[in-house]
Amino acid sequence: MEISLTEYKRCDVVTVNGRVDSSTAPKLEEALNSIVEAGRYKIVIDMTNTNFVSSKGWWTLIETQKKCKRYRRGEVVLVNVLPEIRSSLDMVGMGSYFQIYNDLTAAVASF
Amino acid sequence: MKTSSFPGRYDSLAKVSEFVVEAARDAGLSSEEVYAVELAVDEACCNIIDHAYGGEGKGELNCSVIIDDGKLTVILSDHGKSFDPRSIPDPKLKVPIEKLKPRGVGLYLMRKLMDEIKYETIPHRGNVLTMVKRKHEDT
Repeated sequence: MEISLTEYKRCDVVTVNGRVDSSTAPKLEEALNSIVEAGRYKIVIDMTNTNFVSSKGWWTLIETQKKCKRYRRGEVVLVNVLPEIRSSLDMVGMGSYFQIYNDLTAAVASF
Repeated sequence: MKTSSFPGRYDSLAKVSEFVVEAARDAGLSSEEVYAVELAVDEACCNIIDHAYGGEGKGELNCSVIIDDGKLTVILSDHGKSFDPRSIPDPKLKVPIEKLKPRGVGLYLMRKLMDEIKYETIPHRGNVLTMVKRKHEDT
């Protein structure tokens, strides 16, 4: 899994390429924590090239969402989630915790 | 039947994935069904590492696949601690996000993603988890 971070004026974009599983989720967690600890709570996760997310991966995103939504200071939104991955997210009822966009520009503009 | 063993470590998960994804495709499953198998097996392997073995590097993940036309059987076995899956309740979902907790999500996913799941502890063989996924005609 590779992660790249881009800071914009109103949000941060985290691009996740590859698999998010128990092996790689800690790296994603570290990247997200670095953003939140810097006092930035508006985060776009670009999943255009994310081909797998296990429950460990989702928990990492959920934990970040909890921090961002606290005090209504921000949120985590997702972009370009593969249909299969979306289906598994909805299966455990977690789809409702994230706004999902099909376009990165629209997701960034939402903030 | 094809069988492979993997070190019981998180960095084996990608290789286990490759192994079962190839088998799922050979069985003629759709891309959504292949992903379901990949995810269910990943969750099962994590449960073996975390709960059966109590951590990484303490045992092996033994994985067998039986490929039939339109049907895949995956058998995972380990020699770790046994458990009763009936003792794990379904997670509480569709609750406010602050109340969401991870316990039981992996097992819940496995049950939802696969068509059949059987877990047994067999003397001299250890814990054996058998999961079946069939091709659905409307996909």
